Amino acid sequence: MSRRKTERLLNLVVCLLATRRYLTAEQIRQAVPGYPGGDEAFKRMFERDKEELRELGIPLEMGSDGDEEPGYRIQRQAYELPEIQLARDEAAVLGLAARVWQRASLAEAASGALLKLRAAGVDTDEAASLGIEPRVGTDEPAFPALWRAVRDRRPVTFEYQGVGRSGPQRRHLEPWGVVSRHGRWYVAGHDRDRGEARVFRLSRIRGEVVADGAAGTITVPEGVDLRQVVTSMGGPAPGRRTATVRLRHGAADGIRRWAANIRADDDDWDLAELTFAEVDRLADYLAGFADDVVVVEPPDVRDAMIQHLKAVCQ
Amino acid sequence: MSSSERLRRLLALVPYVINRSSVSVEEAAAAFGVTEKQIIDDLNLLWCVELRAPDPYCPIDLSYEGGEIVVCEAESISRPLRLDVDEAAALLVALRTIAEIPEHGDAVSQVIAKLEVAAGTAARPSSQVAVQLDVRPDVLVQVQSGLDQDRRLRMTYYVPGRDENTVRDVDPMRLLIVDGWSYLEGWCRRAEAVRLFRLDRIVDLQVLDVTARIPDEAEPLDLDAGLFRPSPEDVRVTFELSAAGRWVADHYPCESIAELGEGRVRVVLRTRDVRWVRRLALRLAGTGRIVEPAELAAQVREDAARALKLYDA
Repeated sequence: MSRRKTERLLNLVVCLLATRRYLTAEQIRQAVPGYPGGDEAFKRMFERDKEELRELGIPLEMGSDGDEEPGYRIQRQAYELPEIQLARDEAAVLGLAARVWQRASLAEAASGALLKLRAAGVDTDEAASLGIEPRVGTDEPAFPALWRAVRDRRPVTFEYQGVGRSGPQRRHLEPWGVVSRHGRWYVAGHDRDRGEARVFRLSRIRGEVVADGAAGTITVPEGVDLRQVVTSMGGPAPGRRTATVRLRHGAADGIRRWAANIRADDDDWDLAELTFAEVDRLADYLAGFADDVVVVEPPDVRDAMIQHLKAVCQ
Repeated sequence: MSSSERLRRLLALVPYVINRSSVSVEEAAAAFGVTEKQIIDDLNLLWCVELRAPDPYCPIDLSYEGGEIVVCEAESISRPLRLDVDEAAALLVALRTIAEIPEHGDAVSQVIAKLEVAAGTAARPSSQVAVQLDVRPDVLVQVQSGLDQDRRLRMTYYVPGRDENTVRDVDPMRLLIVDGWSYLEGWCRRAEAVRLFRLDRIVDLQVLDVTARIPDEAEPLDLDAGLFRPSPEDVRVTFELSAAGRWVADHYPCESIAELGEGRVRVVLRTRDVRWVRRLALRLAGTGRIVEPAELAAQVREDAARALKLYDA
């Protein structure tokens, strides 16, 4: 069954590429072996075949010559991959690029692309090592649907479980793009509920991402820098302040890595300055070092520390 | 194998052979990742292509006598199909990611430029996917030079679980960039094993005037199996997190995640070193606590009580 279908589709592609004129459905039926005799059966099968070709990315063109009945053809110029020549080191880089995606959607697309480039005469060396191996995972369940929406410029809707929310909320988004940062995927776009640009983390999307409008109905604002949108999602950084802490001598190496002005205080303790923006975040972080750190000032950070540690004891 | 996958291969097989004059069946099978029998079946199918109207003819003529494939006539399908949007994006986004790595830029920008031309309009949506890497150019360049010259590295490395800087000698094997973080894979002479070192945790690095010696038993990690694998010695730790503490589930690989309602969640983490879990529990305070093992939960409360005493004075 499958073999006959492949054979028919192959014949159809060759036939439509060979013609300069548009061929009507009836002419195609005459030329391509494998179509059934009944009109209805032929129509159904031909419709499915056209869809398959489009899914493969074959540019099936519909039109007519003069006043004739509309028909189909594939223009070679639109079908063929243009000439591409890569030097040896460039081909090695290409092999490396194809290995970047781990599993899932983009990994498949990358090997499909490599297949076509090899067919065009490029010799990629799969084993070539440049001493460096980048890998990016795309196994977030929401990734394929969001990438399709971004690609097709289609609005979407999904349930989103934000941190600090008691339950998921339905959100409506015009997605501009997807960005991976520190190994996590985000989608940035225009939030229709809030009326402004927002960023969502893919791992917090619950259930399916579904279409919320037609393809081609989104405009990505001119000059939007996706990485910028994702990086600045916490809003503008509030004013910077400095805290003074005591660090146990020979301990709290994690804090020492970014502390400034570290100096001895007494035999057991050193003094150091830390720059911070949010009191609570600093207190959360410092609490992780237990009794290797003591906040000296300012008083609000000291109080936040005490409250935080009391909460752990409860 | 679906018929569309096979069609994809058939349309690539013909130009693959044409662009190389002749190709052995064995080589074609390896290039397309299928068996030789499958390639022969493909060739037979291609050879059978026929058009019946207006005049019947067979547009493809090929042979594979003696295992050597030669395509004599293929006219319309002599070139491969264009890249589609997904294919162009998969390669271009990966290449742009590699271009961010210091010292790998030149060849990469050439390939990007050539691919953009070849892909045409299909290349456009690729700009809507971005991968941000967290490379420390200074450390990376040093590690790279150690690798290029086969030199041993001496590093001060911060171990967050122990909150400690450690000094060790490492014979470098590979640089890995996984999910946005960069790592050095190398033979750690202290552990006498292959270890991964995250570059942003390297506090200090020296390239020694000593040739690196990587023993034969040093196996590079299989990246496709994931960087971190559970081990039988792992301890299971169960946390209950409030809605505000849910970020933990995003941040660390969890063995299980159960919703408790109202945005609360129960997660099970596995770890080889419970010290970082203690730290995590101390940081979470009211937004999450350890429910199991009970001894670990008690230790965390004692840690906090000791720290609190320092504020009594």
